[in-house]
Amino acid sequence: MIEIDKISKTYDGVTAVDEVSMVVDTATITVIVGTSGSGKTTLLRMINRLVEPSSGEVRINGEATHTVAKTSLRRRIGYAIQGHGLFPHYTVARNIGTVPTLLDWSQEKIDTRVDELLDLFSMQPDKFRDRYPAELSGGQQQRVGVARALASRPDLLLMDEPFGALDPIIRAHAQKDLRHIQRTLGSTIMLVTHDMEEAIQLGDRVAVMDAGRLVQYGTPAEIIQQPATEFVAKMAGGVERPLRLLSLYPVSDIIEEGTAEGEPLDANTCLRDALSICLWSGRDVLPVVNEGVPAGRVTLAAIRARAEGPT
Amino acid sequence: MKLAMIFRTALVALLLALVIKPIWFTWAFAPLAPEKGPIIYERASLLSLSLSHLGLVSLASVAATLVAVTLAILVTRPAGAAFLPLSRTITNMGQTFPPVAVLALAVPALGFGTGPTLVALFLYGLLPIFENAITGFSTLPPATMEAARGLGLSRWQRLIRVEIPLALPVILTGIRLSVVIALGTATIGSTVAARTLGEVIIAGLLTHNTAYVLQGGLIVGLFAVLIYDALVQLEAMLVNKYSA
Repeated sequence: MIEIDKISKTYDGVTAVDEVSMVVDTATITVIVGTSGSGKTTLLRMINRLVEPSSGEVRINGEATHTVAKTSLRRRIGYAIQGHGLFPHYTVARNIGTVPTLLDWSQEKIDTRVDELLDLFSMQPDKFRDRYPAELSGGQQQRVGVARALASRPDLLLMDEPFGALDPIIRAHAQKDLRHIQRTLGSTIMLVTHDMEEAIQLGDRVAVMDAGRLVQYGTPAEIIQQPATEFVAKMAGGVERPLRLLSLYPVSDIIEEGTAEGEPLDANTCLRDALSICLWSGRDVLPVVNEGVPAGRVTLAAIRARAEGPT
Repeated sequence: MKLAMIFRTALVALLLALVIKPIWFTWAFAPLAPEKGPIIYERASLLSLSLSHLGLVSLASVAATLVAVTLAILVTRPAGAAFLPLSRTITNMGQTFPPVAVLALAVPALGFGTGPTLVALFLYGLLPIFENAITGFSTLPPATMEAARGLGLSRWQRLIRVEIPLALPVILTGIRLSVVIALGTATIGSTVAARTLGEVIIAGLLTHNTAYVLQGGLIVGLFAVLIYDALVQLEAMLVNKYSA
């Protein structure tokens, strides 16, 4: 559990982060979202003390971060950034092994861990281990960057716009991978982004920052349905809010008895995609299959009902 | 590529022959020597002069590299940033002082011989290395440096494992310029009795013997070209390794 307790940062009288408090549960993804200059990156960098807080404290599993030496604190916290920041003169294996090397793991243990991580990120160890970052594609570099951050099994993984430099298709793929890996490893992740779409897709909880303050902290559905301020409502997508809301739920949530004509839909499809298929194919009702077995149907009316905002 | 290799080998062979068996070239230098005068310089072995010349240059360059790189590291740390303009002024002064003037000023203090030459070469070599090292250390990729801090490398580990290796190609460029300048400048050292290839050239000038001047000049020139080329290859190797 990460507890952020009334943390502030002031630069020459200008407040960048203003008394932010929040609690992050273990094994969840928390996304901090805000416009540029909202203080979101400063907040993240105060957790591993790349920026020293002016006041307040951060506790990781009960231990205050200012009681630990900066370097040992950072070796316990994974850190992945936009543009990956890989060491160009190190091979992929040495890049991933950076923190384990600093922690004096045996070479054998490091090698095993590197191969394990490369496998996890679907990069064949034999093929990629000895390559240099310049020989990889943008998506592969980004994956190595995240693998490097996870190498020492950190208590917490901090990510600052990790997908910012990727094109949309690779980006969507990387987000899905991150979700999958987080579920597999049970990691605790705090991620900063300016993209609300990304926040809603990835976050178990979303924290919205504006002008140095934490204006709302809640589940993606809460952020969309009950925005605390005008600013949050605008960030949450304005007129696109119903579609974002639908993207949060799978078809299996509103499945009903019965059958329907046409191409069936998988039960894990999100409601936004189901709506899109309804509109595109001109159907009011779609058949649903679960792992290939017919499971019922979903109606346009039911989808509409889930997209309604509070009245 | 292959042609360059053949050319390189030929130049090395020519240089070795000129230094070890100068007598083979009597026919080539004969037309330039004064009538009945000596053709090949024989007052000292060209080999030992070359070794002494190279020794002086390496000693001065190693010292200049150590001092300039250390200085560059210090002034690119946050704590040393205030000294950047001052250190720039000092190294610039080293460069603006003509080496002959340095020799003239150093002789009363250090006597004749190797000492003043070393001082002149050292001062003269500082600037290119220092300027390049500053550039190298202040243009490191920001994302990489941020990641190095965020992963928990200490200042010292960042310097040794990340900053120096990444700045190395640029620093090497500075060393290369400095070494080539020193190779030529060292010849002047012979005016204050340092043992360098300049001895041959000066003897030639004093006795109106163009053959001597050409022998000395040719050997120094070949050394400069070949060492320059070797350092270019070394830089290219380093850069290719990680910026394919």
